[in-house]
Amino acid sequence: MGHNHAHPKKAWQAIRTEAIESLLNEINVLSSDDVDQVVRHYEENVGPRTGASVIARAWVDPGFKKRLLADGLAACEELGIGGPETELLHVVENTPAVHNVVVCTLCSCYPWPILGLPPAWYKSSAYRSRLVREPRKVLSELGVVLADEIEVRVWDSVSEIRYLVMPERPDNTEHLSESELIDLISRDHMIGVARTIELNGQEN
Amino acid sequence: MNGIHDMGGLHGFGPVAVDPDEPVFTSRWGSRIFCMTQVIDSLGIWNLDEHRHEIELMAPEDYISHTYYGRWMFAMERILERRNILNREEVDRRTEEIAADRRKFTPLQPAGRNWPLAEGDKVPWGAWRKNEVVEPEFSEGQWVRVRNIHPPGHTRVTNYTRGKAGEVFRVNDQAWVFPDTRAHYRGENLQAVYTVRFDAQTLWGEEYAEPNSYVYIDLSENHLELMQED
Repeated sequence: MGHNHAHPKKAWQAIRTEAIESLLNEINVLSSDDVDQVVRHYEENVGPRTGASVIARAWVDPGFKKRLLADGLAACEELGIGGPETELLHVVENTPAVHNVVVCTLCSCYPWPILGLPPAWYKSSAYRSRLVREPRKVLSELGVVLADEIEVRVWDSVSEIRYLVMPERPDNTEHLSESELIDLISRDHMIGVARTIELNGQEN
Repeated sequence: MNGIHDMGGLHGFGPVAVDPDEPVFTSRWGSRIFCMTQVIDSLGIWNLDEHRHEIELMAPEDYISHTYYGRWMFAMERILERRNILNREEVDRRTEEIAADRRKFTPLQPAGRNWPLAEGDKVPWGAWRKNEVVEPEFSEGQWVRVRNIHPPGHTRVTNYTRGKAGEVFRVNDQAWVFPDTRAHYRGENLQAVYTVRFDAQTLWGEEYAEPNSYVYIDLSENHLELMQED
């Protein structure tokens, strides 16, 4: 183990990946151009802002909210949102008495077209093992301290159904536009590891 | 199978480490593996349950240490080899040649390679068969028990719910593929998926369960049995 081999595993995986990609190109299973396009799609086109736009629309449009809670993906399609790894979407609503949070204990199922790719912590052994057993403790470590009166609902999304948390719309936001509302909603709100919505630069 | 992937309830993994400035992909190779898999997903080479199961077959120590996309690399290589599309020897050799900075690679032997796939050999992706209808056996509000089954192959029954009783919160009455058989090409066995609500005390016991907490989990009909009312 010398200093010039500080990350042997990483280097090994990078080289092997290059080998696989070069071979798959050569035998015409795929082209790197197609792979580049998928990379760009996930880096540029999809991300939590997509989900935030869905939530903000539900906040301002009661009819849309009703449709969203009844059939999440159909409502998303109204906004032109859809894609792989989500065949059915259930939106679960936070209330003063209920907090929702999502996990997949068996792999890392996640609504890619709505939230983009999951962060590393969502895929971590710690999150996957602990959230179902001690959700309040995990949430408090992540900054969400819940009174016992608030019911915690953990959604272990191990089937092909995906989940999205709808946070509560904060008070005193009636004057905000839909795009200003979108800016308030983070990925963590929609996974359920954040609850309070901060009004940036405004009195709370 | 009872593998390391079935993590719900395990102890010992420490705090959840959050990097607030994490990019979409933390390594280039990870982005290539993930996106190559996305492309291959559409080619009819594997189905999604088979791909998940392949990851579960990793040695536990590798599953933990190879990181998320390392698992995907493992699954990709193994299935491509099983399908006779790309074999391990070819990948090993090409890896060595790239590592040695060779300009010219050893030519591949084209004979016998199962590519392109014949139309009839392509396998369908996806899990919801929208043109099919199923009749759900259970209904909302009924109490069900998760069957105490430990199949050695793929299953989406989590260990921490086996044998436990819960209430059917929602019937997802679409025609869902049954992953436990589809992963092994033993049929799609279309059936309803139930969102079952478990009290934390049922799952973890009164002594250690957190108060006022519930786990909702989606289980196939074949994973559940109706509780006898008395």
